[in-house]
Amino acid sequence: MKIRPAPRRPAQDGVNRRKFLASVAVAGTASTVPLAARAETRAASPASAPRPPSALPPSMRVAAAETGTPKDLSRIGGVAGSDFMVDVIKSLDIKYLPANPASSFRGLHESLINYGGNTMPEFLTCAHEESAVAMGHGYFKAAGKPLMTLCHGTVGMQHASMAVYNAWCDRVPVIVVGGNDLDAAHRPPGVPTIHSAQDINALVRDYTKWDDTPFSLQHFAQSFVRAYKIATTPPYGPVAISLDAGLQQEPIVGNGEKLYIPRYVPTSPPQGDSGAVKEAARLLANAQNPVIVVDRAARSENGMRLIVQLAEVLQAGVVDQGGRMNFPSTHYLRRPPTAVGNADVILGMELTDYWGTVNTHVDNGEHGIGTNGPKVKPDTKLISISSVDLNTKANYQDFQRFQVIDVQMAADAEATLPALIEAVKTAIPNERKAAIEKRGEAARKAFAEGSERLRQNAALAWDASPISTARMAMEIWAEIKDLDWSLVSSSGIGNTWPNQLWRMEKYHHWLGLSGGYGVGYGAPAAVGAALANRDLGRFSVNIQADGDLMYAPGVLWTAARHNIPLLTVMHNNRGYHQEVMHLQKLSNFRNRVANLGKDLGPIGTSIQNPDIEYHKLAESMGWWAKGPIKDPAELRPAMKQAVAVVKSGQPALLNVWTQPR
Amino acid sequence: MRSARIIGPAALAAGLMLGHAAIAASAEKGKIAFVQQGCWQCHGFQGQGASTGAKLAPDPIALEAFTAFVRTTDRGMPPYSEAVLSNEDLADIHAYLQSIPKPPDPKSLPLLNQ
Repeated sequence: MKIRPAPRRPAQDGVNRRKFLASVAVAGTASTVPLAARAETRAASPASAPRPPSALPPSMRVAAAETGTPKDLSRIGGVAGSDFMVDVIKSLDIKYLPANPASSFRGLHESLINYGGNTMPEFLTCAHEESAVAMGHGYFKAAGKPLMTLCHGTVGMQHASMAVYNAWCDRVPVIVVGGNDLDAAHRPPGVPTIHSAQDINALVRDYTKWDDTPFSLQHFAQSFVRAYKIATTPPYGPVAISLDAGLQQEPIVGNGEKLYIPRYVPTSPPQGDSGAVKEAARLLANAQNPVIVVDRAARSENGMRLIVQLAEVLQAGVVDQGGRMNFPSTHYLRRPPTAVGNADVILGMELTDYWGTVNTHVDNGEHGIGTNGPKVKPDTKLISISSVDLNTKANYQDFQRFQVIDVQMAADAEATLPALIEAVKTAIPNERKAAIEKRGEAARKAFAEGSERLRQNAALAWDASPISTARMAMEIWAEIKDLDWSLVSSSGIGNTWPNQLWRMEKYHHWLGLSGGYGVGYGAPAAVGAALANRDLGRFSVNIQADGDLMYAPGVLWTAARHNIPLLTVMHNNRGYHQEVMHLQKLSNFRNRVANLGKDLGPIGTSIQNPDIEYHKLAESMGWWAKGPIKDPAELRPAMKQAVAVVKSGQPALLNVWTQPR
Repeated sequence: MRSARIIGPAALAAGLMLGHAAIAASAEKGKIAFVQQGCWQCHGFQGQGASTGAKLAPDPIALEAFTAFVRTTDRGMPPYSEAVLSNEDLADIHAYLQSIPKPPDPKSLPLLNQ
């Protein structure tokens, strides 16, 4: 798409400092009495006449020139366009703006910190654009409100793009504004031109919900409010706006039209079709063994309550895939993923991967690609409620493999649940109620047995060095369990002990993972979420993968600079561990001994030799930190100290050497 | 190709009684092989298991079943041929797993009873 550049308007008033000073001098001279004239006056007057003062009071013109803001010195000749932009931004209650500074948005930046008073939003200095977007990603999941970020439209957007993709896959709103300079005839040559493009949003268009390039200030106002609206309508997602430097920096010129800011009114989320809801309810109500699978189903604490309500009405097992905090870890109806194997009806809500939920792919090298097979019985009925069905894009394959669904609703799960619950209650035949109650009793027994097995497994390698992830998780739990805590980020697939052993019962206890599995999400998302939690009085915990931190460790500095309290406990397994396993696997498939070099893992996958001292890295950026901790007996005292530091309002990091998973 | 007879403790005793030469598997060598062969990556350094690999210790399955599985598995774990992992090393790894002590009773661990 060819973008027509916004024409640059020539300056209305020429700025000439020399002319101004000369005019002041002329005015001054014309208003004072020459010394010679004063002397003549004295000579002509008799000795009794009062002596005229040596300097007369200034005239009105001189006074105005000397005390008022000289018109010629306001170089832009009016109110900057970006001042109006700040007014628009302030209408949307955006609290923070994490960003790495760049010249292409210097106009808006200046207006934000001066005209806007650096509040609502407050500019948070970031060392990398990817960190800035990921901070917005984490912040939303803790606060329920989006942030905006600014970046250079080319090199900054390139840096930010992985984080934008993560936000897209994780269905999280972030408003990304990229600075650009469209007018090739007037923009500065050299670096600003290298940093300009016709269409900066093209880079992220495949994984943003919407984007725009405003050509006027009124257009900006409409775009920005629309962007906020689209981003925050389920399915949530990132949006992008390309912001021309000329539009920011040129003065507001009235065209007989008064600028206005459109009022933001939230859009209601889409609910499931009533017929489909009724059919789904009928299937669930009559099922012998219904299973509910949830991923990003709960958008709020209320969403959790609705899922619990549905599960209890049906006494159905719930598999929580962890995209959000959907279902309490302590609830007797919580089941492991294998529960789908015995289901006759499965309700999947906001699943990332329905195919992967009901099928297996075994990466066993068969024919070079592995084998597939079903996890469920052939006659199992499948129901889906997912808002992502309304917004599927083609290029990036986050939509996963195609799965045939019996009742498929392109709708928001949380918005559909009230109707579904009522429909299920109506649909349950009286003769089924006793069987449903018995299902609940069996579930309680299975849950208790499962909990016991879990603790047995957690006790394995309890005193080992490197430290077991179960041991590390429970040492953390001991110090935070009585606080209003939030696990803002976690090494996730490598460490599910908190999800299994901590009492996760509130929505903010677990914020999910990156969505796109772009490594490097963890640290900045944790800082962003901790920022939200700070304002909400919650204690933030981050279990930090070592490889993840090293992508953009500068976010540690941002946390210290902006006084963001956060307990970070390293899951330091000294490698990009997924890739450690991948390379071992491929070596075996090819009947070769994996070449380890001098490391523990195959060449190219280890983070060792030398071992990174994350505690010193963190200290260098203003954190309290300790490590390396290799003996589990050292964990408790260190943990107590770290928690005390975080409670005092500062970030703390423990460099813990752990088992691989 | 080098081959070696690997026998467990009971068979070892029987072998001695019969006067046959026997080669005892080494837990110490097994610990090294367990790391070099990458077993730790999915099963943990103590064979405790994780989301990526089953628990192997304490009380590993019998050597014969263990060997058969390692050589022929077509599940998520990749197989190890004799060219990559010798019978001797495999037996040593098994001996290492056998040497791993039982974990404490979780009921005795305050952290697991919070």
